Amino acid sequence: MLATGPHPPPVDTLMLVETPEGIDLPLRPAGLVPRALAFTVDLAIRGVVLLLLALLLHPQGDMGVGALLLAIFLVNGWYMVLFEVLHQGRTPGKQLLGLRVVLDDGTPIGWSASLLRNLLRAADMLPLGYALGITSSLLHPAFKRVGDLAAGTLVVYQDAPPPVLRWPEVAPAPAPFALAASEQRALLELVQRQANLAPARVEELAALLAPALGVPAQQAMARINGIARAWVGPA
Amino acid sequence: MKQRQFEASHQRAWAAFEAQLGQAERAKAPVEHAQTFGPAYRRLCSHLALAQERQYTSHLIDRLQHLALRGHQQLYRHQPKPSAQLAHFLWVGFPRQVRAKGVFVLLAAATLSGTLALVAGLVYAYPELAYSVLPAGQLASIEQMYSPAHSHLGRAADRQASADWVMFCFYVMNNIGIAFQTFASGLLVGLGSLFYLFYNGLQIGVVAGHVSHSAAGLPFWSFVIGHGAFELTAITLAGAAGLQLGWALIAPGPLSRGQALRQAAKAAVQLVYGVVVFLLVAALLEAYWSAKGSITPATKFAVGAALWAGVLAYLLLAGRTPRAA
Repeated sequence: MLATGPHPPPVDTLMLVETPEGIDLPLRPAGLVPRALAFTVDLAIRGVVLLLLALLLHPQGDMGVGALLLAIFLVNGWYMVLFEVLHQGRTPGKQLLGLRVVLDDGTPIGWSASLLRNLLRAADMLPLGYALGITSSLLHPAFKRVGDLAAGTLVVYQDAPPPVLRWPEVAPAPAPFALAASEQRALLELVQRQANLAPARVEELAALLAPALGVPAQQAMARINGIARAWVGPA
Repeated sequence: MKQRQFEASHQRAWAAFEAQLGQAERAKAPVEHAQTFGPAYRRLCSHLALAQERQYTSHLIDRLQHLALRGHQQLYRHQPKPSAQLAHFLWVGFPRQVRAKGVFVLLAAATLSGTLALVAGLVYAYPELAYSVLPAGQLASIEQMYSPAHSHLGRAADRQASADWVMFCFYVMNNIGIAFQTFASGLLVGLGSLFYLFYNGLQIGVVAGHVSHSAAGLPFWSFVIGHGAFELTAITLAGAAGLQLGWALIAPGPLSRGQALRQAAKAAVQLVYGVVVFLLVAALLEAYWSAKGSITPATKFAVGAALWAGVLAYLLLAGRTPRAA
């Protein structure tokens, strides 16, 4: 056992936002590297789109050149804003990297905030190579660049839905002694995760409890499954 | 209640909520139209709170948290109808916002027009000064551009009618780029905005002072007066919006600098919306009205003066509530 007493809070980027319904929503801000990668993907997409448009429109004479100028303006200036507002806070690059932009309180981003954070990108790029934005996001606890600070926005990971896990179908067998709530929870998590672990690792983890339960190490997991079943109750 | 019973009795409700979420996220069934979404979301939140309180396993809690997070995203989106908003914003909101930030607007206007007038006057009095700011070749081509011999003024003098469209697109891009730059650089404690206001004033001032000496003087002034009403105002307002950001960083008052910046940015972006509209109007005028050589300078001056008066009246008077008698 480790030293008793409360553990110091773990070093974590998790941010909890309390909603009007009285629950805490977990937001996990994304760091510099995934954001830079998402930006690179978006940059490449814009480059390809503009190149294709240029090949298509340039031979069309004056009207084509005008349309091309307008397209450059629209694609460069509004690509980010349109995707962020109309596509659940995700540009194609962010979607690829599993990111999304939200407001500080976890609600979806609107026109004003998106326009602001993308206009102020110009300031983040100063003096060259995004230096200001990189410095700011490395120093900020939620990895915000200056545009995010002004607009009150946050780039967070969008988690994939966790899989639905089944309880093992075994006969309930109550534990021979009382366990604290946190200990119960640790055992229940092991029971739920056993399908995702290698059999040898499951046995190794369960064996830690074998002496206390008074069973051979090989049978410890079966015993723990029975105990868990007794706790979580019949379906 | 044991966890398994809890899961078994609510499993179907969670699955139904997830299906509804999926539809809302693909924008097939907007949340506002679904009467059941709000209650279903609140029920999910209370299940999550219960699961946490009862120390159920983290897989269950993670799953409920994931659903709650997605539900929150769909329920709390604020996207008002843009059409009704735009008209109200243009008639009332924007001019009010400009007047509310009058100090910054005046400072920006003084910087831009002060530099412009001073430099134009200096260059007019000492013509050789122009060559120390702009290269001789560029000055010559500007003179050429506005020479009375051309039917079209401005850039690309000998152009076809279809080229008006090209120029419109060019002006939109170029001017909105300058305006956004002027705004964004305000984050550098306002210095960036001041620099761009000064820089633009300097450039325009040199050109104005220089061409006023030559035969191109009259065509030049008749060219710029019309769209200038919108273009110069728009650059000024973009600068004012940028100065607002800078001032929030210099003197945040009782707020933290971060909070002050967020508040100032919220107000400043209102100005930026107006600036974009102004610049679109300016580009239309510049490409399709100012550049027409067939219109006499006298008409252009008259219309230009009317436009200036209109813009100023709009910014000063529109959106005031009539006082109760």
